Amino acid sequence: MAAPETSTAAVPTLHTNNTVRNAFGGVLSFFILLLIGVLAFSIRLFSVIKYESVIHEFDPYFNYRVTQFLTKKGIYDFWNWFDDRTWYPLGRVIGGTVYPGLTLTAGTIWWLLNSLNIPLSVETVCVFTAPIFSAFASWATYLLTKEVKGAGAGLTAAVLLAMVPSYISRSVAGSYDNEAVAIFALIFTFYLYIKTLNTGSLFYATLNSIAYFYMVCSWGGYTFIINLIPMHVLLCIVTGRYSSRLYIAYAPLVVLGTLLAALVPVVGFNAVMTSEHFASFLVFIIIHVVAFVYYIKGILSPKMFKVAVTLVVSVGLAVCCAVIAVLIALVASSPTKGWSGRSLSLLDPTYASKYIPIIASVSEHQPPTWPSYFMDINVLAFLVPAGIIACFLPLTDASSFVVLYIATSVYFSGVMVRLMLVLAPAACITSGIALSEAFDALTGSIKFQLPGVSTDAEVDAGETSSDTTEAQNDEVKAEKPEETSKDRRSKKSKKKEREHVERPSAKAKVKTKAEKKRLLALPLEASAVSLLLLIVLGAFYVVHCVWAAAEAYSAPSIVLTSRSRDGLHVFDDFREAYSWLRHNTDVDDKVASWWDYGYQTTAMANRTVIVDNNTWNNTHIATVGTAMSSPEKAAWEIFHSLDVKYVLVVFGGLVGYPSDDINKFLWMVRIGGGVFPHIKEPDYLRDGQYRIDSQATPTMLNCLMYKLSYYRFVETDGKAYDKVRRTEIGKKYFKLTHFEEVFTTHHWMVRIYKLKAPKNRIRGKTKKSKSKTSSSSSSKTSGTKKKNPWH
Amino acid sequence: MEAPIRAAQFLGFTVFFLLFCVCRSSPLHNLLISNAERRIDLTSHIVKVYLTLKVENAGSTPTSEILLAFPPTQVDHLATVEVLVTKGKRKKTTLVRLDVKPTELPDAPNGTKYFTIYLANPLNSGESMTLEVLYLFTHSLEPFPAEIGQSESQLVYYRDSALILSPYHIKQQATFVKTPSTKVESFTRVEPTNRAGTEMKYGPYEDRPPYSFSPILIHFENNSPFPVVEELVREVEISHWGNLQVTEQYTLVHGGARHKGVFSRVEYQSRPTLSGTSSLRYLLARLPPRVHSVYYRDEIGNISSSHLRTDSRKSELEIEPRYPLFGGWKTTFVIGYGLPLQDFLFESSDDRRYLNFTFGCPLLETVVDKLTVKVVLPEGSKDPSAVVAFPVEQHLETKYSYLDVVGRTVVVMEKKNLVPSHNSHFQVHYTFKPIFMLAEPLMLASAFFLFFVACVAYLHIDLSIRK
Repeated sequence: MAAPETSTAAVPTLHTNNTVRNAFGGVLSFFILLLIGVLAFSIRLFSVIKYESVIHEFDPYFNYRVTQFLTKKGIYDFWNWFDDRTWYPLGRVIGGTVYPGLTLTAGTIWWLLNSLNIPLSVETVCVFTAPIFSAFASWATYLLTKEVKGAGAGLTAAVLLAMVPSYISRSVAGSYDNEAVAIFALIFTFYLYIKTLNTGSLFYATLNSIAYFYMVCSWGGYTFIINLIPMHVLLCIVTGRYSSRLYIAYAPLVVLGTLLAALVPVVGFNAVMTSEHFASFLVFIIIHVVAFVYYIKGILSPKMFKVAVTLVVSVGLAVCCAVIAVLIALVASSPTKGWSGRSLSLLDPTYASKYIPIIASVSEHQPPTWPSYFMDINVLAFLVPAGIIACFLPLTDASSFVVLYIATSVYFSGVMVRLMLVLAPAACITSGIALSEAFDALTGSIKFQLPGVSTDAEVDAGETSSDTTEAQNDEVKAEKPEETSKDRRSKKSKKKEREHVERPSAKAKVKTKAEKKRLLALPLEASAVSLLLLIVLGAFYVVHCVWAAAEAYSAPSIVLTSRSRDGLHVFDDFREAYSWLRHNTDVDDKVASWWDYGYQTTAMANRTVIVDNNTWNNTHIATVGTAMSSPEKAAWEIFHSLDVKYVLVVFGGLVGYPSDDINKFLWMVRIGGGVFPHIKEPDYLRDGQYRIDSQATPTMLNCLMYKLSYYRFVETDGKAYDKVRRTEIGKKYFKLTHFEEVFTTHHWMVRIYKLKAPKNRIRGKTKKSKSKTSSSSSSKTSGTKKKNPWH
Repeated sequence: MEAPIRAAQFLGFTVFFLLFCVCRSSPLHNLLISNAERRIDLTSHIVKVYLTLKVENAGSTPTSEILLAFPPTQVDHLATVEVLVTKGKRKKTTLVRLDVKPTELPDAPNGTKYFTIYLANPLNSGESMTLEVLYLFTHSLEPFPAEIGQSESQLVYYRDSALILSPYHIKQQATFVKTPSTKVESFTRVEPTNRAGTEMKYGPYEDRPPYSFSPILIHFENNSPFPVVEELVREVEISHWGNLQVTEQYTLVHGGARHKGVFSRVEYQSRPTLSGTSSLRYLLARLPPRVHSVYYRDEIGNISSSHLRTDSRKSELEIEPRYPLFGGWKTTFVIGYGLPLQDFLFESSDDRRYLNFTFGCPLLETVVDKLTVKVVLPEGSKDPSAVVAFPVEQHLETKYSYLDVVGRTVVVMEKKNLVPSHNSHFQVHYTFKPIFMLAEPLMLASAFFLFFVACVAYLHIDLSIRK
């Protein structure tokens, strides 16, 4: 990444003294970048060291399974993969519904290593993909910030990004999820956009659309790019900053980028047909109109131009109305009726909780709380405003982009916790700029106050402080090689010169600089103290990030540990259950569980599941939710009609594992009730309270989930005390008639039940039993047909 | 006159020829067993039979081959046969192992299979000697009932003959059967039969002709788990940088009575003595001393329930499967460990090196249905040859590991039906020049060198078209 840096440093210039300093600065920043990469990689290894090299959580297991398929069967089978192990009996077209970027990246890395005869397993490659790409992301941040505010700010931003907790939470080793590569792609796309904007080079514009293509491959968050860049273009046009560079930066991106995006099967025609993309097309039209106007303005005399404007405006208004009408018609007729549910909930934060319980039930789709900002970006939250101010001094095309980026991402992060991830790079960039500018001012004034010992102070500051100051210290040096590089390249393009003018700090001559500094100089003590305070602030940040990486975000969540007085205790129940399913059930058996465990079951147990974390079919999930909230007999009928052989429930009551199925149960009721109206949420609540003790409603105490969770639980301690709910359960002694316990893990966290085979029908008896069930389930008056959607 | 003489001559020749044939092909009628004692140990799932034979040469010619006979049903489960003979005087007796090989005889009644014992010194006529025979059967205990619930105990059938199957006349014989507990449901009586505590005695029986057979069926309780490794692949990778890396991939199954119906964790945890007594809770692997970096995992990650105890003579790895194994339940796992190379690799006199390593499965009391041992020799080694104490199938493979160019030679040895007594040492001889050790470091160094040269070249050459 920093190769050009060293290259320019190595070029001999006329001033020998400067050359040495330049070379030194270049090499230094190269090594700093290398160390930043190492830091970004190694801070994410806490999970491997504390736990083991294993894939984390839920979605990564799916990605891992897809990668395994890719490496085993090859790319063509991957595109055509119809997965019959999930969503039984529907199945899922994986190749057409998955963002393939992550899988292809890891698959390529694996293939490359294996062709070099380095026999790493697919799992190992998958585990370490995220840390590797976070190193790339911090280098991309360096490049982006360098384009905006120079190398010093770049290095500072890169350091900040390397260890920002928000990003760590999604990219620790083992967290093999789309975001791991997507954040790199996002920053790199922005960098190439800014680079194109600064240089006006068509080469970078092409690279930009390829980077955008990679982003589209990787993550659904690409819509952020395709909306943010048009917004910036619009901003530039409105503020009168239109230039041919802007045109070069934007027009190829829309044309090439949209064409490339349509190549990705999961996007396909959505790239031109959904409302998320319309902003870019609108701005595409506007920029052409503006370009045309500028062109006309250039060839016509001012008087003629005025006449032309009045002519065009009157005709144009009519055309505009027609176009808008067509657009509205298009939006109304597009397949998704405009916006997808997740996008809509971005615009209207209350949308999901009102209409789509399945989106609202996911914790990462909830709006964040204030502490989570401090947790995830820590001191950056205070530095961001300063960075925004620094971006306005002076406001360039590039820095206005950063301001726009931070403003929009702050809004989006306020809507969904998950999008905090998009905020993190923006916060790092602005904070990097803020820190860099502050250090620049402070060290500059110290240098000015102490002309004799300036170099010593500089060195001291560099040695005593953390990377941040070192980066800062370097900035003065690093900026000069850039200057020489500009000199070298300025022969090639005059655009560079313009950029130079926009950067007073780089261009200013020594004399004017000194004069300026005298004006800006702060008292020696004040600057020393504030320097110290900034270093302390940075140290706080580092401490917090290391803590977050080591303690908060490194747990793989499939294996839990707890520290007690007699040492570390490991809860490996999930894998125990999955391993049991894998080896001791028939390969074609279907396992029903709540959708959270779908990906893990297919990946680790290799068994067919009814629903999984992809949640594409709400009705199917509602069916499982209905079964879980129905009484035993009705549930058995639903499961039997789905050909389910085993039912898996997660139960934390014995060891106090809070995110178990009983705690998620209300969502099952809500989602089930959303499709099958005989399931009513109030039936499960006593006076609006969700409880499982003796005050619980009979519907609750008779539902399948309750029974499967607490079956024979009373025999463990005699009282049936649930450690999660901190209460004794309501119904302690009961028998299962249609299910039998076939496996319970060591800490009871996973319980697996088998559906009993249907009893032989005996003439005369069937009627009796039927009438019995209908009388027992008194609340279900809507008839048996509605209870079971598959009959 | 001529005719009778001729007839007598012819007869004489014929008799002589017949006699010769009999002497050559089978010295069956020459030998007899004066006393035989058999002890059958049924305490674990590997059936151990100790047979003491006192063989007498009643014929006129010395013989050096003695036959052991097995019914065809047993020979499929026969894992190993060992024959020892005592040598020396009364006080200085040493046991000498004799060669045993399976033999085919043309006129074997009812498909009887034979093993031939080759004596070191021929047994002269009139002499007698005592042979100690040990043979092991696997998969010979048939669970009955074949499916049991969690709290039931495991009952098994054992089928054998009360009389020792032998091609020779046995003058006197007795069979002792040892069961793991006093709980014996039923057993066939072949008088005289006694039962006392955990031991049953069949016999003594006198003067039984060759191929006497009297089937018996013993139905008894055996609550020991039946750990059966269906397939084990051991890969031993030699690195001349000082490490021997062993990776063992197990497919383990509980070979006892199949588990039926419910598995209740609450019963299993609260009443461990009553519930799931025959379940397989843990396994013990005996590893060589000075073992390091041991891991125990399966395809979905590390398994945290294992303990390693090391001392100067041996290392013991106690492993628990992810879940207790009931009858018929399966699991797979991988054990890996590193060993110091100097403990196992030696140089032989002819400038060759050889690896000396144990063949069998390190798990105690375990039957291995199919074992594959792969010895990965370092890249550049030549002329591999393996020496194993018992017959195995061998072939060579090539494996590509870290940055290999020509690949590593892999000596693959396969054997079926193994018991712990197969844990003898085997040797793999090969030639290797130490210069090959430097190949990969040099390759890496040159690759980096070329990379830097390319960088330098790129920086010093201006490729731009415009000046």
